[in-house]
Amino acid sequence: MDESDRSDGDGGHGAPVADDPPEPEPDEAEGWQQEYWRRNLRLMVVLLAIWALVSYVFGILLVEPLNNIEILDFPLGFWFAQQGSIYTFVVLILVYCLRMDRLDDEFGVSERDEEGNRR
Amino acid sequence: MTAIQLWTLIFVVASFATYIGIAWRSRVKETGGFYVASQGVPTVANGAAVAADWMSAASFISMAGLIAFLGYDGAIYLMGWTGGYVLLALLLAPYLRKWGKYTVPEFVGDRFSETVRTISAGAAIIVSFTYVVGQMRGGGIVFSRFLDLSIEGGVLVAAAIIFTYAVLGGMKGITYTQVAQYTVLIIAYLIPAAAIAQIFTGVPIPQVTFGQVLGELNQLSIEFGLESYTEPFTARPQLDVFLVVLSLMVGTAGLPHVIIRFYTTRTVRGARYSAFWALFFIALLYTAAPAVGAFAKYNILDGVGGQAPDELPTWVESWEGTGLIEVDEGADTVESISNDPADEPDLFVDNDILVLANPEIAGLPAPVVGLVAAGGMAAAMSTAAGLLLVISSSVSHDFYFRRIKRGEASEREKLLVGRIAMAGAVLISILGGINPPAFVAQVVAFAFGLAAASFFPAIVMGIFWKRCNAQGAAAGMLAGLAFTIAYMLYTLEVFGLQANPHVLGVSPEGIGAIGALVNFVVAIIVSKRTAPPSAELMRMVDGIRYPAERRRTPTRSSG
Repeated sequence: MDESDRSDGDGGHGAPVADDPPEPEPDEAEGWQQEYWRRNLRLMVVLLAIWALVSYVFGILLVEPLNNIEILDFPLGFWFAQQGSIYTFVVLILVYCLRMDRLDDEFGVSERDEEGNRR
Repeated sequence: MTAIQLWTLIFVVASFATYIGIAWRSRVKETGGFYVASQGVPTVANGAAVAADWMSAASFISMAGLIAFLGYDGAIYLMGWTGGYVLLALLLAPYLRKWGKYTVPEFVGDRFSETVRTISAGAAIIVSFTYVVGQMRGGGIVFSRFLDLSIEGGVLVAAAIIFTYAVLGGMKGITYTQVAQYTVLIIAYLIPAAAIAQIFTGVPIPQVTFGQVLGELNQLSIEFGLESYTEPFTARPQLDVFLVVLSLMVGTAGLPHVIIRFYTTRTVRGARYSAFWALFFIALLYTAAPAVGAFAKYNILDGVGGQAPDELPTWVESWEGTGLIEVDEGADTVESISNDPADEPDLFVDNDILVLANPEIAGLPAPVVGLVAAGGMAAAMSTAAGLLLVISSSVSHDFYFRRIKRGEASEREKLLVGRIAMAGAVLISILGGINPPAFVAQVVAFAFGLAAASFFPAIVMGIFWKRCNAQGAAAGMLAGLAFTIAYMLYTLEVFGLQANPHVLGVSPEGIGAIGALVNFVVAIIVSKRTAPPSAELMRMVDGIRYPAERRRTPTRSSG
């Protein structure tokens, strides 16, 4: 996980985001689009790295050494393969949804009805 | 009629009456409702519908039994089938929803060309058919065991009910029916699992407590001459486990009947959350399955080991009639158990009965057994209905109207053709369910390999790589498919061909991952060597990257 991701993430949900981009002029539309897409891709890459780590690395490649560690009677590698990776997948998608909501709001592309409520 | 049969009849009839009632109430008359439920399905409901759609007879009836016999290696199903949802949520669902069409072939048709659309419509039909045949068979097994029908009779009853509500309701009917089916199937799965965990460990949460039996299970397994339960790579080499997990993940994300469900939400945001709710609901069953497998394996080894054939528990006898359990009467005591009759074990136990027989094995009361049967039916029905919808929409939308009628058709005609296609699909799948091809397991491998090697790379490149053009996508899909099919034909005994040994230990189930790679590489090379897509198309691809149509004042994140 990279640094900027940590700094505005996980812990500090209460604080409003300070660096909202200014309303763009029509001719600089390209700029915010690129920035939105770049941040979307960065989030995606971080989440997919965790996805690969718990399943392919912990669950398959390192399963034998990890099985020497037991937690709550589960050999750890076996646990990652049959339980831990699934829990992680669920959390990854939830984090994706929440972070994308925030990104959409920040860039003003969230889907809202006439009154400005989320649709 | 025994108590178990009576309760099964009550639960199955009551749940089916509910499904048909829901389908009737939400029947639709226009195409939008038939295919995408007028894009008005609430997110949580849509998530539950995806979960029911996705979790088939294989997940409900077979998976825990497979895990019980595979031990650690059963993780290929657990990780493979759930991990695909991460790919689906992050890479596909929001963008396909923004594109906003009815079918997967329609997306690739708009993004690339009519040729690519036809290739993928053909692949969608093949993939969906291989699945639906398995569902008909699964429904037939449940009916024949619990209601004393022949397998043929069971398949016919199942087909008649599926056809009724799939044709009546279309996608909207199916969505709410599937929500009801999810409820039935998850309750039916978790109640016996929790009861068995309570008996074993004193805590009714199987996911957390099944670790407690693993140590003893390892010892029991070794006493029976089986591999230690938690030991990895006993059934498959490590490389193959890796590739099978990857194939199942990529295949899941590319399955047309799952992808189509994300078109039914109202917003792009709804598509994202649908993926979350879908995996959440799926995880409830998928985290319980390894526990069910471990407890069942323990019960069987502990309950029948060292017993004389005529002193075995009653559940053995009640399942012997189906031929899915066989006792070697020549043995003095039961010393070996296997799920493969070729091993000539003292006791043969088929994977497919473990979940259905588990309540009996654990001595739970008759109503629970009936409930599990209803759950198995719900799993088979919901998936079959979703698959029939994909077949019907591919035939009517992508072949009939695009290729034959060239887009000139009234709403009535479209609906009629859709329903006729569905009826045809049901008839063919009845024949398949009664006379399953001799290689059902291999056919499932085909379905995943095809989906992984064809749809997934084409859709991902269509969204994330603007430079990808029609020639590249078509060449990639054809190369991926040809490579995957060729390796499957080489290693499997199908169509009268000889089965050859696996190259580098790669099984036909795992080859789809390499097929997907072939697809990507070929598509990139061909796209780079041909003209880029039009500027207008590139702008369209830009458009699907942002949820709202137009930009409004950015707001703070508290909302």
